[in-house]
Amino acid sequence: MGRTLYEKIFDKHLVSSSDDTHLIYIDRHLIHEVTSPQAFEGLKINNRQLWRKESIVAVPDHNVPTISRDEGIKDPVSKIQVDALNENCQTHNLLQFKMSDERQGIVHVIGPEQGLTLPGMTIVCGDSHTSTHGAFGALAIGIGTSEVEHVMATQCLIQKKLKTFKIQVSGKLYPFITAKDLALFIIGKIGTAGGTGHAIEFCGNAVESLTMEGRMTLCNMAIEAGARAGLVAVDQTTIDYLKNKPFTPKEEMWSLAVKEWQTLKSDSDASFDKTININASEIEPQVTWGTSPEMVTGITQAVPKLSDIHSSKQPDFQRALKYMGLVENTPLSNIRVDKVFIGSCTNSRIEDLREAAKFIKGKKVNSSIKLAMVVPGSGIVKKQAESEGLDKIFMESGFEWREPGCSMCLAMNADRLEDGERCASTSNRNFEGRQGKGGRTHLVSPAMAAAAAVHGHFVDIREVN
Amino acid sequence: MDKFVTLKSIAIPLDRSNIDTDAIIPKQFLKSIKRSGFGPNLFDEWRYLDHGEPGMDNSSRPLNYEFVLNKPEFRNASILLVRENFGCGSSREHAPWALLDFGIKVILAVSFADIFYNNCFKNGILPITLSKSHIDELFKVSSNQKLEIEVDLPDQRINFLVNKFFEFEIDEFKKNSLINGLDEISLTLEKTQEIKNFEKSYYDLYQWLK
Repeated sequence: MGRTLYEKIFDKHLVSSSDDTHLIYIDRHLIHEVTSPQAFEGLKINNRQLWRKESIVAVPDHNVPTISRDEGIKDPVSKIQVDALNENCQTHNLLQFKMSDERQGIVHVIGPEQGLTLPGMTIVCGDSHTSTHGAFGALAIGIGTSEVEHVMATQCLIQKKLKTFKIQVSGKLYPFITAKDLALFIIGKIGTAGGTGHAIEFCGNAVESLTMEGRMTLCNMAIEAGARAGLVAVDQTTIDYLKNKPFTPKEEMWSLAVKEWQTLKSDSDASFDKTININASEIEPQVTWGTSPEMVTGITQAVPKLSDIHSSKQPDFQRALKYMGLVENTPLSNIRVDKVFIGSCTNSRIEDLREAAKFIKGKKVNSSIKLAMVVPGSGIVKKQAESEGLDKIFMESGFEWREPGCSMCLAMNADRLEDGERCASTSNRNFEGRQGKGGRTHLVSPAMAAAAAVHGHFVDIREVN
Repeated sequence: MDKFVTLKSIAIPLDRSNIDTDAIIPKQFLKSIKRSGFGPNLFDEWRYLDHGEPGMDNSSRPLNYEFVLNKPEFRNASILLVRENFGCGSSREHAPWALLDFGIKVILAVSFADIFYNNCFKNGILPITLSKSHIDELFKVSSNQKLEIEVDLPDQRINFLVNKFFEFEIDEFKKNSLINGLDEISLTLEKTQEIKNFEKSYYDLYQWLK
């Protein structure tokens, strides 16, 4: 009987088992300023050492300002957290990409970009979107702070085996339909708890055709489907992306590694606990209309009618519409927005910026838009974009061009929505208050966000391009 | 970690599904570098009428009296009753820290998000999964009267009303850790030699990871 990709990675990291509780070894531990200070404190109180310092890579991202950094962090509370990370990294001599470092950025952007994320690895981070790294055929899971401390002290994680869920996406995505649309479409189908207890493996022609950036977007959103991990098998696209990244193995080690990585796919006779098939050609540009990523539909559609919603879900539906300031049956293309945010660990990579810039070139942000901003995922993405002239395209159209960080995805820094403001956002969560108290978030792809900025409301990118 | 064996309390009925960790503890409160003190900001955006920021005097903020946690009978309750997919979203352990700091020790739900579910056990909170019909029944009872529940972890059951009870499933390892208040890091460190042996053969095989 063959094994799934998840099982292969799990098995090779298995240290010990007792009944169905397993201890698995962790290769890479990414940390940031929000979920690590209490873990370092716990180690100190209990007089425990870090097991393997070289597995840890630190970066401040959640709290960092996206405007000029010359004056440092103005918010004193945010500053304490970033300072605490600096201090902990210094004390323990850990690799950190500080705010002033060109390589600083969102933790899930810099891992792959630096070649710190490698196929077959077990990767953890105190952040739910760690699932992103599964795009490389790695088992990457988000953990809480107690588990961060556990991994720091033992290099291991206590795990139950996850169930396996195969999402087969056949056919071809039409032009202008992106990995973001695919991810939102899948969540709309299976729901935000559809993947709970599972590791999802995305496969099929449409997934194989995605670039690494697209695969990262897809795996990033696996957590929004409830899954602990998302995975894509290793292929030539994966290997080509990793070659010559700063921290990837070099020379003979590279050849050895590639040989091993090429085995990182599910066997043809592997069995999954659950399988669904998606037809890529059914997918149109997606826009969320509610307060959960599963409240989503295609741009040519309208907000659902109450009568179309199952009775058990009607209270949530009504609460969501009230919060969003929408009425049932409103065509999505009638929804006007106040702000536009292009960024986050879901959609801030170079390809995302290229897609948005391609649309925005020569056009102007609509005068009804209060703020349109682009926040690159990392200093390296920013530099690359600037070398291609994308910054100029954005700025000439009326977008602000910012410094890298998590920014308005979760609004821990100064970038946020005011009460009642509506945002076209390329991030991953449209929860109540996520982008600021009373703020209304609509999740879309980068090109759809750019198009909303130009038109002042959502439009079908296929029609206006 | 405190041991958890049995607990008796009124249940707070919070009739919503998909309550995410942003709702449980909004992001501005994640800037603390401590594990405690999050209780006054639990469900901040639902509990208060103004916008909360760290450092505010919460006792002088305007309360939303419509919100169930603000009803006097629930101020000291330790059991939270919710619907599906509780704790979805961000992995922030500040969510269970805030619940615990408020006094919540048990959560009854149809389902939980995975990371949140795990985080609860690390903090001595017992998340109990019950069937939809059982949760429906508890909401029904609580709509007419104060619902007092006795949670018995060793017997894996909750008792309520007169002679009514529901049994629940829980993983043995997690149950044992809660009942004995075990520190998982100490447990794992008992396997230090096994981990070292593993590393030796692992890095022989995967040399590029050394």
